[in-house]
Amino acid sequence: MGTASDIKLIGDDGLRLDGRGLDELRPIKMEINVLNRADGSSYIEWGGNKIMVAVYGPREAYPKHNQDINKAFVRARYNMAAFSVDERKRPGPDRRSQEISKVLSEALESAIMTELFPRTQIDVFIEVLQADAGTRIAGLTASSIAVAAAGIPMRDLVVGCTAGKAGGKVVLDLSKDEDNFGEADLPIAVLARSKKIVLMQMDGDMTLEEIDQAHSMIFSATDRIYQIQREALESKYTVDASQWGE
Amino acid sequence: MPRDEVGILSEIKKNYIIRKLEEGKRGDGRSVDSFREPIIQTNYVPRAAGSAMVSLGKTRVLAGIKIELGEPFPDTPNQGVLTTNVEMLPMAFPTFEAGPPSEISIELARVVDRGIREGKTMDLQKLVVEPGKKVWIVFIDIDVLDYDGNLIDACTLAAVSALRTSVVPGSTAELKDFALPVDNIPVSVTMVKIGDKMVVDPNLEEEQISSGRITVTTTQDGHVRAMQKGNIGYFTWDEISSAITTSQRLGKEIREKYLKV
Amino acid sequence: MRKARKIMLPGDPLPEGSLKPRSGYYKTEEGYRSSYFGVLQEGEETMDVVPFSGPYIPRRGDKIIGKVIEIEPSMWVLDINSPYTTLLHVNDVPWRASSGDLKRVLNVGEYVYAKVMSVNEIKESWITLKDAGLRKLEGGEIVSVPASKVPRIIGREGSMVKMVRDSTFTKIIVGLNGLIWLDGIPENVIVAMEALRIIEEEAHLEGLTDRISKYLESRKGDIVGNSQ
Repeated sequence: MGTASDIKLIGDDGLRLDGRGLDELRPIKMEINVLNRADGSSYIEWGGNKIMVAVYGPREAYPKHNQDINKAFVRARYNMAAFSVDERKRPGPDRRSQEISKVLSEALESAIMTELFPRTQIDVFIEVLQADAGTRIAGLTASSIAVAAAGIPMRDLVVGCTAGKAGGKVVLDLSKDEDNFGEADLPIAVLARSKKIVLMQMDGDMTLEEIDQAHSMIFSATDRIYQIQREALESKYTVDASQWGE
Repeated sequence: MPRDEVGILSEIKKNYIIRKLEEGKRGDGRSVDSFREPIIQTNYVPRAAGSAMVSLGKTRVLAGIKIELGEPFPDTPNQGVLTTNVEMLPMAFPTFEAGPPSEISIELARVVDRGIREGKTMDLQKLVVEPGKKVWIVFIDIDVLDYDGNLIDACTLAAVSALRTSVVPGSTAELKDFALPVDNIPVSVTMVKIGDKMVVDPNLEEEQISSGRITVTTTQDGHVRAMQKGNIGYFTWDEISSAITTSQRLGKEIREKYLKV
Repeated sequence: MRKARKIMLPGDPLPEGSLKPRSGYYKTEEGYRSSYFGVLQEGEETMDVVPFSGPYIPRRGDKIIGKVIEIEPSMWVLDINSPYTTLLHVNDVPWRASSGDLKRVLNVGEYVYAKVMSVNEIKESWITLKDAGLRKLEGGEIVSVPASKVPRIIGREGSMVKMVRDSTFTKIIVGLNGLIWLDGIPENVIVAMEALRIIEEEAHLEGLTDRISKYLESRKGDIVGNSQ
């Protein structure tokens, strides 16, 4: 977190730099089945984030010594396109993206019924085309509907949101400025209905009370985001399938 | 953490541990919410700028600090640089492999790094020699020598202990040597979930039968500086909330008893 | 807009009542939940959540279509549109072949219509060609659909596929694993493939049989050998 004290993240009107209230989300749009070859896919726009997800599998785990005879393993690969950030990012996995890949794999595997597919792997490719703070959570939220669209059994959808502290206030869904210059960042993802936490990270400086307040904001935001996930899934099958005349 | 034919516990042993936990007991006699007594030996490697060997049960890690002159990052010209690396040495466990770092060791290093960085352990602005050009770079390198669970806390403890004894080699730049200015003492406390029990500072066997893992790093003001949920499994909010309280309590205890803060 | 059956998401509660859940669900302390993104199909006594897509997992007794991808001294390895390959032993084919010379009777790239003989708990399976109707598939075209759509393609007691077969004068074999073999006059095969595609896309909607029947009627003029 930066220390640029000259940036005033919360205005005198109590609003944030981008005009949002403290617990207001940025606009979110999702769609499934956006790719042809993948077994399941999705696209999400969340604020300025643009992320594409492809799911392949379950397929035979490779190399063979990686096979688990009791279950499938889930391998998420979070990757940022070189052009996704202001300064060109060197292509390929760096330490940050490898850590994110690990926690995203674990969060998804906590929801997927992997025991039904021994010896296989489920690959989830998450490509950040444009990054605008909160990419891991946006990527995970999109991954979960891509996994569902692939027909892979899950206990529930995974849905997440970040909160944090900026300008001394607890705020929902950090913007890029708040992420860079705020005091703390707390991404959480849950199983949508039971609110069981499958991903949580935090860095910065918060008290227990502030974290508690942030978690309430996130939990109620996940209900809203879950509705967007639901609509993205349902609309593909209800809107229309009728180019054929009656 | 690794699970394979070398690591997998027999069903009998597993059931035994779970049954004992239900009675609130652990194999080594601890209660579910207590930490193994750490043994900290600082200045273990005098050639380093600072160092500390930490034993946590049979887990042993050695942190060494090197401090060298270098260039600051372009976006932080008025700050020194901090980097953290952990080597999970093949000698420490049968399934640890030599070669490029695994996701496990990258996560480990990054969680330790976040605790130290966000805990504002040292004021990086005091590590500038010439703004934008020359700053001190603090390298934290940690060797995992023997693995018996809870590497995150062992490594954080070793890194912080080593930093506190570190000397910045000013004489290499025609300045004076000076003690690395350490302001805050972050302590991480890691818990895993076994059944519906939260178990503090798990040993290897406990890690192997656990589901989710949660680490909470606090500073002496009781503030939370870093958190990380890891592994497959989940926590309820109440469990997270009590993990934070546990970390605050144990952090205070560890700081007073073993770090003499 | 056409009426869809009830769409379920993973974690959605199944309706409470007299119907017994049969597939596509899991149990929690609060009741039954859907495991899939799919549709709820309510029968007389049972209900299923049928996923819109998803992999084929071999089950004993299933009649499936497989493609030879590898030949070993005494068996063939086949791709069956599944995360798992299957095995066909030389003793389970109706031809004589000596060890090391299997490709003479069945070569890499060829398809068979076979029955799953056994599946173990890690999903290794064996198939056989020794049963009525099972055979090597020569000529024709193979198309693939998600295995979850196969029941709709077959229809009640085979009615749907029979309708397509009869209206297009095309031979059609539907493998439960989602591979479908079609053979006939090319123009007719194309109409049959179109019909299958509509069934696949609209499998979750009501009134499918009617629509397919009307579609086939509308394409009557394109069918070769239709003497009417």
